[in-house]
Amino acid sequence: MDSILAGFVRALRAAGAEASTAETIDAARALALVGYADRASLKAALGMVLAKSEDEKQIHDEVFDLYFDRPQPVAMDQAPARLRTGDVAVDALLDLAQPGADGQGGDALAAALARAAASAGVDEIRFATQTGYYARQTLEALGIAPLEARLAERRTDAEAQAEVQALEAARDQLRRQARAVVQQRYAIFGKPATEAFMTEVVVTRALGRMAPAEMERMKAAVARMARKLAARHARRQRVELRGQLDLRRTMRANAGHDGVPVTLAFKHRRRDKPRIVAVCDVSGSVASHVRFLLLFLYALHDAVGDLRSFAFSNRLQDVAEPLEKLPFDDAMALILKEVGNGSTDYGQAWVDLHDRHWDAIDRRTTVIVLGDGRSNGADPRLDLFAELAGRAKRVVWLCPEAEGRWGTGDSAMLRYRPYCTSMSHCATAADLERTLDEALEAYH
Amino acid sequence: MNAALPPSTPAGLASVDSVTALLEGVGYIASRPIATALYLAHHLRKPVLIEGPAGVGKTELAVSAARALQFELLRLQCYEGLDDSKALYEWKYGKQLLYTQILKEKIGLLVDDADTLSSAFGKLAGFQDLFFSREFLEPRPLLQAMEQPGGSVLLIDEIDKSEESFEALLLEVLADYQVTIPEIGTIRAEVPPLVILTSNNTRELGDALKRRCLHLHIGFPDSALEQRVLRARVPGIQDQLLAQLVAFVQVLRADNIRKPPSIAESVDWARTLMLLHASVLDEQTVRDTLGVLLKRETDVREVEGRIAKMTQAALAAG
Repeated sequence: MDSILAGFVRALRAAGAEASTAETIDAARALALVGYADRASLKAALGMVLAKSEDEKQIHDEVFDLYFDRPQPVAMDQAPARLRTGDVAVDALLDLAQPGADGQGGDALAAALARAAASAGVDEIRFATQTGYYARQTLEALGIAPLEARLAERRTDAEAQAEVQALEAARDQLRRQARAVVQQRYAIFGKPATEAFMTEVVVTRALGRMAPAEMERMKAAVARMARKLAARHARRQRVELRGQLDLRRTMRANAGHDGVPVTLAFKHRRRDKPRIVAVCDVSGSVASHVRFLLLFLYALHDAVGDLRSFAFSNRLQDVAEPLEKLPFDDAMALILKEVGNGSTDYGQAWVDLHDRHWDAIDRRTTVIVLGDGRSNGADPRLDLFAELAGRAKRVVWLCPEAEGRWGTGDSAMLRYRPYCTSMSHCATAADLERTLDEALEAYH
Repeated sequence: MNAALPPSTPAGLASVDSVTALLEGVGYIASRPIATALYLAHHLRKPVLIEGPAGVGKTELAVSAARALQFELLRLQCYEGLDDSKALYEWKYGKQLLYTQILKEKIGLLVDDADTLSSAFGKLAGFQDLFFSREFLEPRPLLQAMEQPGGSVLLIDEIDKSEESFEALLLEVLADYQVTIPEIGTIRAEVPPLVILTSNNTRELGDALKRRCLHLHIGFPDSALEQRVLRARVPGIQDQLLAQLVAFVQVLRADNIRKPPSIAESVDWARTLMLLHASVLDEQTVRDTLGVLLKRETDVREVEGRIAKMTQAALAAG
């Protein structure tokens, strides 16, 4: 397989489109059929073989353009007179630096730089700040040393100023080109790796301590995690138990044939569709967690057809409507404004849920409670919570506080604990993902 | 490295350009990616998975390819609950039962001269394979496609509507172009069918299936391509009207509506306008025929107020 294709596949993987070995082999076969000559066909063919979803296709098209475009040769400030120094190495560099001088419009320079960049290991670049270093390495691999040596030697010679100027122009041109090549390589290999690393950091960062600048990245990461979850828990409702005859239905269906089983009926069982009721404490300490939980849930729309969400600090409100109708940030702002003020009262929240929305909870429902269980000393209404736990399929409690602090001060966490199917500390987006995964798993 | 060409390459599949020409011959205007997909599908012997919004010509591609290549088209429409007995093959259970009933009477004659039970068994053993032979096999589309001697196009439509278990079933069929029937053996396709799968993306397909397919996404066409498609599909349409209506549809697609009109709708609209003998687009005509383009009440209400402006924009662009 040729190194160009191998490099391209590596670039794709760096950018987050997973191309397997089998697909790479297919790509090589497709390449052998289509060839490099026709760019549109090549792009279409590689895209078809290597990228298998719309997201991947987008990544593929971007990487393709980056990878197969070479940086445009920058025109030199002034075309210097053709200069012969007598030194073969220097003359070769001078020829390279002048696009058009070799009659090939800079192809030779691009090819030479690409070779030099490869031997300098430019593809290892990870950070933008390494650009200067790698540009220098590339130039050295290109063999710029004799030119610089000659330049240093001639600079003091008053009679050789024309030559010095030409040499300087050539050197600057090579520098610019090398830099452009390195920058392109950074865009292909370095940037996506850095991005992926940053996202990984953000996903395991405590949600309560998220800097505003990281919010956008976080939202994208959450959307991606949600897509993954949704794909895993996509609707699979009817499970055929193949080979198991449903005797009762078969006999009834064949009563007309005098009991001779002409048509057969097989057993199958139905799976429950996931139903989730999210009850969120939106007082200050928990607000950022709620934000991501709801973001998660709404991104899971495909997998969770039936979703109700309620928010409370003391009075409980149905917040599905703003979340569905408004852009997510506006919805959250509205919810926090309407529900967020007031001292937290879990007991009152259960009362409201009981009085107004009890029908939302049945034996197929998973109730996810997100809150710190700090009720300001008010009655936690354990009786209602116990009834809720009895009605629902599962009750999952996510607490932003670490387990050691449960039950301290006004926290009623330990008193709620016996009624919950699971209760866990939830600090990061990764925790959220795991909890939701488990909740949905229960419907399989 | 040169991929070995399949032994029988029809002339129409010899190059990407010839695929384009081939499809154009039957009135299907293929963009470059579409033609490349079909070309690669034949030469790499891989199925093509086509995704994209409804009505952009996913199914039509399979139908046109079959017509252009003069291959048999076998179509398998997917739905929830589809299983191997409807996709691969089935035993003709009723016929088997009927034969058993007939044999019941003959069985006495058959074992008459056997004096012991074991010799009677011996006599019957020769017949046991009788009921599970080709005679009683009902081939379904997947098996039928394998058995076409002259080549075939197998269209597996709306694969996203089926369950994951069905995808797993497809893996053997699509990887090796063979079907294993325990009672008979493995049936291998002599001429591998050209397999086209379509999906409307109502659920994410499994990775295993995707990795085995070429993935083609057909989106809405740009106006130049759409004009060519309409010219092929609606012969006799005037250039001016064509340019204007395509411009209008493009404007409409850029708008914030739930179900943007696709090529199928533009074709219908062009035919409607031809029937009404419209030679240019005007606001009243658009208003009267908007139902052809927009299939949702909310979408119609959404754009109703802006039709005049959109028509102006289309007239200016066309």
